[in-house]
Amino acid sequence: MEFKNNRLRLRGVSLFLLSLFVVFPNVILAGNDSGLDLVTSLIIATVIIVFGAVIFVADNLLQLESKRQMEGKDIKIDASLFPKDFKVSSDKLPTYIPRDRYFHLNRGFDINLEGKPENKILETPNVSNYSVLPTDFYGLAPIPKLVPDEGSSVLAGEELFFDKRSPEIKFVAPVSGEFVGIKRGPKRAIHEVNLLADKEIKYKELPAVDLETASREDLVNFLKKYGGWVHLRQRPFDTIPDPEEVPRDVFISTFDTAPLAPNLNFTVKGESAAFQAGLNLLNKLTEGSVHLGLDGRGEEMPSEVFLNAENVEKYWFKGQHPAGNVGVQIHHIKPIKKGDVVWYLHPHDVIVLGRMLTERRYNTERLFALTGAEFKPNAYVKTRPGASVKEVLSGVEFRDDNVRIVSGDVLTGDKKERDGFLGFFDDQVTVLLEGNYYEMFGWLLPQAVRPSLSKTFPGFLFPDLEYTADTNTHGEPRAFVVTGQYEAVLPMDIYPQHLMKAIMTNDFERMEGLGIYEMSEEDIAICEFVCTSKMPLQKILREVLDIVNE
Amino acid sequence: MKDKLLDTINKFEPDKKSSPFLWTLYDGIHTFLFAPNHVTKDGVHIRDNMDLKRTMVHVVLLLQLCYLFGTYNIGHQHFLAIGEYTGFLEGFHLKFLYGFWQLLPIFIVAHVVGLAIEFYYAAKKGHSIEEGFLVSGALIPLIMPPDIPLWILGLSVAFAVIIGKEAFGGTGMNIWNVALLSRVFVFFAYPTEISGDGVWISGFENLELPNSPVEYGWVHLTLFNGIFDYFGLATFDPGWYVMDGFTGATPLSLGFQGGWEAITEVYTQTAMIWGTIPGSIGETSKPLIIIAAVFLAAIGIASWRIMAGMLIGAIFTGLLLNLWGATPFMTVPWYHHLYLGSFLFALAFMATDPVTAASTERGKWIYGFLIGFFGMIVRVINPAYPEGWMLAILLMNTFSPLIDHLVLRKNMQKRLASA
Repeated sequence: MEFKNNRLRLRGVSLFLLSLFVVFPNVILAGNDSGLDLVTSLIIATVIIVFGAVIFVADNLLQLESKRQMEGKDIKIDASLFPKDFKVSSDKLPTYIPRDRYFHLNRGFDINLEGKPENKILETPNVSNYSVLPTDFYGLAPIPKLVPDEGSSVLAGEELFFDKRSPEIKFVAPVSGEFVGIKRGPKRAIHEVNLLADKEIKYKELPAVDLETASREDLVNFLKKYGGWVHLRQRPFDTIPDPEEVPRDVFISTFDTAPLAPNLNFTVKGESAAFQAGLNLLNKLTEGSVHLGLDGRGEEMPSEVFLNAENVEKYWFKGQHPAGNVGVQIHHIKPIKKGDVVWYLHPHDVIVLGRMLTERRYNTERLFALTGAEFKPNAYVKTRPGASVKEVLSGVEFRDDNVRIVSGDVLTGDKKERDGFLGFFDDQVTVLLEGNYYEMFGWLLPQAVRPSLSKTFPGFLFPDLEYTADTNTHGEPRAFVVTGQYEAVLPMDIYPQHLMKAIMTNDFERMEGLGIYEMSEEDIAICEFVCTSKMPLQKILREVLDIVNE
Repeated sequence: MKDKLLDTINKFEPDKKSSPFLWTLYDGIHTFLFAPNHVTKDGVHIRDNMDLKRTMVHVVLLLQLCYLFGTYNIGHQHFLAIGEYTGFLEGFHLKFLYGFWQLLPIFIVAHVVGLAIEFYYAAKKGHSIEEGFLVSGALIPLIMPPDIPLWILGLSVAFAVIIGKEAFGGTGMNIWNVALLSRVFVFFAYPTEISGDGVWISGFENLELPNSPVEYGWVHLTLFNGIFDYFGLATFDPGWYVMDGFTGATPLSLGFQGGWEAITEVYTQTAMIWGTIPGSIGETSKPLIIIAAVFLAAIGIASWRIMAGMLIGAIFTGLLLNLWGATPFMTVPWYHHLYLGSFLFALAFMATDPVTAASTERGKWIYGFLIGFFGMIVRVINPAYPEGWMLAILLMNTFSPLIDHLVLRKNMQKRLASA
């Protein structure tokens, strides 16, 4: 774990400083003429270093031995010679966080934007248009096979379409109503499968499943047939998992550190039963275990739903964005190696799976956060993925008309027109100003405060300042010049810039070595934000992930 | 007002297809005046406010400290050689204008040649003008001797930009530091122009000849003197000649011959630290360079790891050489080396060039350390030229991909081994 290394490093540095402290005055006093004093002082320094090293090694052995003897017992004895309180990087943890399951990630960058959602639920908007968007799923053939005829009516949970390559995995209707048609994009690819919802949603009743007796195969077939399977996502490649493969582990991050992210502790309130049912189901599907990443930042205690979850391995993470990204958490809990397949889910998708067991219906209702500085109030609404953007936002008025609506957060979300629909995996809508303006000497003297990693702006002196950001690129694309920037914001043992260069040169062996299987667009997104050269990193990564996946 | 100006400028937009050169020029000026109205697509919706122009301009702004002092110091050294106005602030207007008039053509030639080539390639390749030359162009005058013939300067800049940068694909693709490449071109192609004792003092026909007269032109004697006369100030005197026994030798060449004592016979420690000594135009003032280095490291534009590595490398090698002590120069205590010559300038501005330096964090430490190590070796042991940073940095530029490769390979092996 990270803090132990830091402690070791601290000791090493202090030892080095101590020896310098001995050598320095000697050398300065020795002046020009004497070489002997220099030699003597070097010898003294060597003695100190050797002596210190012996002590440190002995101390570590002592600790290891005590750890071995104490194994299995509840008592914890600190056998170290050095007091534990003398730890610069170690934090005072709230009592609910166990130290041995705690990761403090030092690198990262929180983009502090104005327009965070308050913990308040607004009046449920009257949404009648829904759509399932095949483009939300990676690895899907562009023209899926539609099941119902146009104009026929469907129940929530009834089959809507499937991918011809894996016809047993069904995509189902989120609401009951009339199937009103499709919208095609370039090359006749189907982009929207549209539904006109009933006033009262009628659900298709799902068969009862007993987790105790059901086999893994039964459960897989249940999920595939009734629409639960597509809520699972697999790493590497972020695709819908292959039913033939058993995942090594399942990972769930229970907090979101992205800009203006919804507070999941608030949005899952009262869903304990469904969440637990979902976890139990997942436990049956993996050969490893279900890992839960919890918020260890200590500002807010995680919801009971997460804290009291059973049959899971809990880990705590503290750090700036992207500490809440499941990819970063996987990297620290149990990294993905070549050939590994793991699954990950958003807590809301776990709840959807759980409801399929507890309520016996496919119910994707969840709280969406309406965020961004362009309107008030910023709070939550109850709706479903695939709801019409226009109808969800019908109750709010924007300060300005020149805005961009994003389903998801500002780093990874998708741009939506007003007649668009919310993304399948999203739980947030962000509205921000379009930045299609010229700024005089903007590169030298920006006329507004904006979020930046760079300390050439005074913003770093005011960490609590909330910014309003717009979509201007603030500069033109360039070749890589600045180095070390991506590493500073990505808390993974990965060299993102070199990985990107390997991708650009199509060096697959190097990509593998540098950890392409651990990388996902949402993890590289923060690097793309800070990039001085304005590189489209997510696009570059997605293209190669699709190629490797083929 | 902004909109009006924008409209006016937009009216002049040439056609990109029919006149690519004009368009490139137009685009360069336009993006200089106005940050463009591009919006994000296919990825993040918001972008950091930082861009390459801003990164580069911060280095250029901090170099202005060196420019200010360098300008004045050209004049100061000139008058020290004559033996007039030897106090630092005496004859302020003479020294400043003398230095300014000496530096201005160097600055103009370096920029005109470099930017012209940059524009040409930008237009030919159809991309917008890259900011890389902003920093190189600001650095090149500072590392040249004040009396460098302008045609040599132009040739060296052209060589550095074409062979050193454009041949590799432009800004961000070059292997060697462009500014140092121009300097090394002068060093190897015209060795007499940049070595020897006489080149560091400006304004004499041949400093080594006794009683060599000053070279003043029309500008000094008519224009400047006319102005000074009008205000009743002291004027340039065409009858001045170089003082007897003045050599203009730099501390390093003195140290090479006679160690620390030989240096201190001519220069005081204070003078060497404050920078009132002969040398390349921008390298002499240590406090200003330290301010710039600390600032660059603090705002994160230059890598503090490289700086720290280089400092440690130089100290380590200095200690080793002190222990060895075979020549007079080796006995110069290591801590004096830190403010001799262009060590600090190289540390702050040359080694930290992100394009040519190692790009991994661990690699930066190694890269910096090795520059410190080789630089000291070349400075102290090389018999021909008692300064090593230029050669050490170019050498390590060459090997920085190798350092990165080793660091990355360790990371890759770790990942593949556990697979």
